[in-house]
Amino acid sequence: MSQLSGEQEHVHIAIVGSGPSGFYAAEALLRSDQNVAVTMIERLPTPFGLVRSGVAPDHPKLKQSILVYDRITRDENFNFLGNVTVGRDVSVSELQTMHHAIIFANGAQNDRHMGIQGENLPGSHTATEFVGWYNGHPDFRDRTFDLEQEVAVIVGHGNVAADVCRILAKSVDELRHTDIAEHALEALAQSRIKKIHVIGRRGPVQAKFTPKELRELGEIPGVRACADQQECNTAEQCDIELAAPTNTAAGKNLTLFLSYAGAAPTGAVRSILFQFYVSPVELHGTDYVEAITLSRNELTGSAFSQSAISSGVTETVPCGLVFRSIGYRGEPIDGLPFDVKRGVVPHDGGRVVDDKVGQPVPGLYVTGWIKRGPSGIIGTNRADSIETVESIIADLGGLTNTPKPGLAALRALLAERGIRTVSIEDWHTIDAKEIERGQKSGKPREKFTRVDEMLELLS
Amino acid sequence: MPHIVTDNCQLCRYTDCVSHCPVECFHSDDERLYIDPDVCVDCGACIPACPVQAIYDVVDMPDDKEPWIAINRERAKALPVVTEKQMPLPTADERRAKLGF
Repeated sequence: MSQLSGEQEHVHIAIVGSGPSGFYAAEALLRSDQNVAVTMIERLPTPFGLVRSGVAPDHPKLKQSILVYDRITRDENFNFLGNVTVGRDVSVSELQTMHHAIIFANGAQNDRHMGIQGENLPGSHTATEFVGWYNGHPDFRDRTFDLEQEVAVIVGHGNVAADVCRILAKSVDELRHTDIAEHALEALAQSRIKKIHVIGRRGPVQAKFTPKELRELGEIPGVRACADQQECNTAEQCDIELAAPTNTAAGKNLTLFLSYAGAAPTGAVRSILFQFYVSPVELHGTDYVEAITLSRNELTGSAFSQSAISSGVTETVPCGLVFRSIGYRGEPIDGLPFDVKRGVVPHDGGRVVDDKVGQPVPGLYVTGWIKRGPSGIIGTNRADSIETVESIIADLGGLTNTPKPGLAALRALLAERGIRTVSIEDWHTIDAKEIERGQKSGKPREKFTRVDEMLELLS
Repeated sequence: MPHIVTDNCQLCRYTDCVSHCPVECFHSDDERLYIDPDVCVDCGACIPACPVQAIYDVVDMPDDKEPWIAINRERAKALPVVTEKQMPLPTADERRAKLGF
């Protein structure tokens, strides 16, 4: 740090992505005793990543973490540069010449493929598309979903699957006063969905739902959650998993599934059926999904490493919509190592590691889903980003030998390239307009769903 | 429904939960932590972070934990917020072993 004499010499750090992991990294950096200047780069004109476009509209409380992020943006050493895509508008190596360190916090938004025949038939979608669509994400604005269908199958037993299920199951009146995108509300108002299968390759004990999300699916007015009693019987290895003191969520989930299995039939308009030990093997249909073939599985292996193997027995379920939510992958960025198999950036304590040489790449860091994969909830990212920032602080001595120009140089380069960057004040303008637009219909906000509209508002 | 810190935190105060909290809702005195129910967003990220399982969602807490709802509310309002993980209490490891974790 000897080169950083004088108060005005900042350690310039760029953060790529403005979701929870990016903001918690900014927070940890700005709270450190280092003289840090943070530039957060976001490809959309709007900040907050999946808190804005992932958290479901009927979970407004979770979006209150935005209050914390808003406070971070008001730090004098924080800057937001929206509408800038790293790898297209500016390269990683250009960012490196301007900053002492770069933290990639750009998430993992690509759904994994099932790798089965018929997967690309119309009517077969990724959960990401649907979630982005109802949340007004510009990338998914023009997707269409045939909600005239009566039977939907959701592949996956995690919280994203739960969100998709809940939005499909709920009456549109329960969503009307949320910040759900208007186009989604209109489409969902016409929905004829009657039955939603939520399928998982392993058993109820291995389901990844947080108990809270699972419980909610059993409490939707007019909707009956069901499960098969026999599928909820547990064998020895599952009982070992249930007994582990660190695995209380599994026990809570099982209790909920059992209550769904034991519930008496009601006059519900819609039903949710949790199915276990099945894997999709083929989607059928000529021009559109008409059915899904599922293969029945058995579990093999010991507690906590049980995997599903096909028993060879199959069944075919008629359905008109399929959503897959079986994991997410990051998108490789030019100039950044990438683990193609896991869909994440290889790292050691947040330090990006070049797999070929097995050594950290100086000045490059990761946090959030692009680092650990798509697991955990909003708060999980805070602990994750604290770890990454601890690595950066430990490395600073070696990183700050050369002064770097930071934000001023980046702004100049982007101006030269004709990029209309979006500042935090610009975001406040968009934010205020969205809130105003929502007032008419009793919504907390009506989001802008096209980048052009947002930029036009700012011009 | 809020989340609450209960008796297991006493003599431990590991504070791992604080690093996992997205909204700074933990408050502390010399003995233990408390959650401000008006700030907590009920995400549950703190529950698996606690090494001694002191934290519950009120929806599925054991009945005998009920008094902790009022204690968390009252104490949190009177105490400073904790935003960073701190050193556990000196008695923490012994207490953890005694609790069977």
